[in-house]
Amino acid sequence: MALTKEQIAQRIAKELRDGYYVNLGIGIPTLVANYIPEGINVVLQSENGLLGMGPFPFEGQENPDLINAGKQTITTVPGSAFFDSAMSFGMIRAGKVDLTVLGAMEVSEKGDIANWKIPGKMVKGMGGAMDLVASAKNIIVAMVHSNPKGESKLLPECTLPLTGINCVKKIVSDIAVLDVTPYGFKLLE
Amino acid sequence: MNKVVASAGDAIADINDGAILMFGGFGLCGIPENCIAALVSKGTKNLTCISNNAGVDGFGIGLLLQQRQVKKMISSYVGENAEFERQLLSGELEVELIPQGTLATRCMAVGYGMPAIFTPAGVGTEVAAGKEVRNFNNKDYLLEYAFDADFAIVKAWKGDTDGNLVYKETARNFNPLMAMAGKITIAEVEELVPAGELDPNNIHTPGIYVHRIFQGKNYEKRIEQRTVRKKL
Repeated sequence: MALTKEQIAQRIAKELRDGYYVNLGIGIPTLVANYIPEGINVVLQSENGLLGMGPFPFEGQENPDLINAGKQTITTVPGSAFFDSAMSFGMIRAGKVDLTVLGAMEVSEKGDIANWKIPGKMVKGMGGAMDLVASAKNIIVAMVHSNPKGESKLLPECTLPLTGINCVKKIVSDIAVLDVTPYGFKLLE
Repeated sequence: MNKVVASAGDAIADINDGAILMFGGFGLCGIPENCIAALVSKGTKNLTCISNNAGVDGFGIGLLLQQRQVKKMISSYVGENAEFERQLLSGELEVELIPQGTLATRCMAVGYGMPAIFTPAGVGTEVAAGKEVRNFNNKDYLLEYAFDADFAIVKAWKGDTDGNLVYKETARNFNPLMAMAGKITIAEVEELVPAGELDPNNIHTPGIYVHRIFQGKNYEKRIEQRTVRKKL
């Protein structure tokens, strides 16, 4: 039976290790924060300038000056720190962030990823995705396996404009967990 | 040295048609609301706007777009704005999309006196088209140039009459970087205090980068995605 989006997030949460600094993208990746295993301390990085992101605020306590990269109102946890966008991407580029989880429209067997543009249809921009995939040590893609037409989003070559090349290490979809290896996709679960 | 101006209108009075402007902020968080409103009133046209986002319909840079005052946007993410999308698809608006870290660092480079940076973001993608690629330690990097903007318009939480600035929470974002990057930098602040009242240990932008400062008013601080959790 196919996993729900919540279950995809739960499965990815098993990849977290104590002490990890983690950047979670918008969509399914955000849900991973709800399933951090007991006894593990993970620090969430939000690329608009925060380490130590906490849960959504209680109603009435929303602060317009405190948002995540998805522009949602959030809170901080004890030990958090604010910084500017250059330092934020500085720590990403310098490889300080241990794990990046993001969504994708297509992933190729070489680990190329496309997730920012459908020519003629959708142009919202890459945001921080190109910076993240170009530098992260470990990138997990969280996605629904097929596109709305029912075609697999895992391909020999991406057809959409690329976000980054040779970067995805693992894919967790609603029907499979795969590693990207030098020999292509390796089915794990 | 007098950096204090009376109003947003005074601060932007010499911004003319065709100017290249930087706007601090991430989404609607930490945007210079007063200066945007003053530019809308002034009706300055053919602007090139360097800003991470393009506002939303009816707020932020969305207000400038609505009045057709923008010729070109240089941004990393421009969703959530129907008027923007309409102008883009109809060819009225030029848009250059660049990776967010590249955008931030190209601003930082100006303030650090560096003409260019090397970044891996965009290698192997259409962002790399026509750009010099250099290999360092077996990894490819793109050469990206420092921006060249006429004015940087930023918003801070507190500022003093010497132009020193302090930002609040994630409203910091691009503001200190753009503050360093304008030939003329205009800062609007929620609270303007006499020089000497801010703790020098906690200044985010030293006043040397700031040319004009004023206390803004009527901050709306609109929230783009209000998300809450239920009380247990």
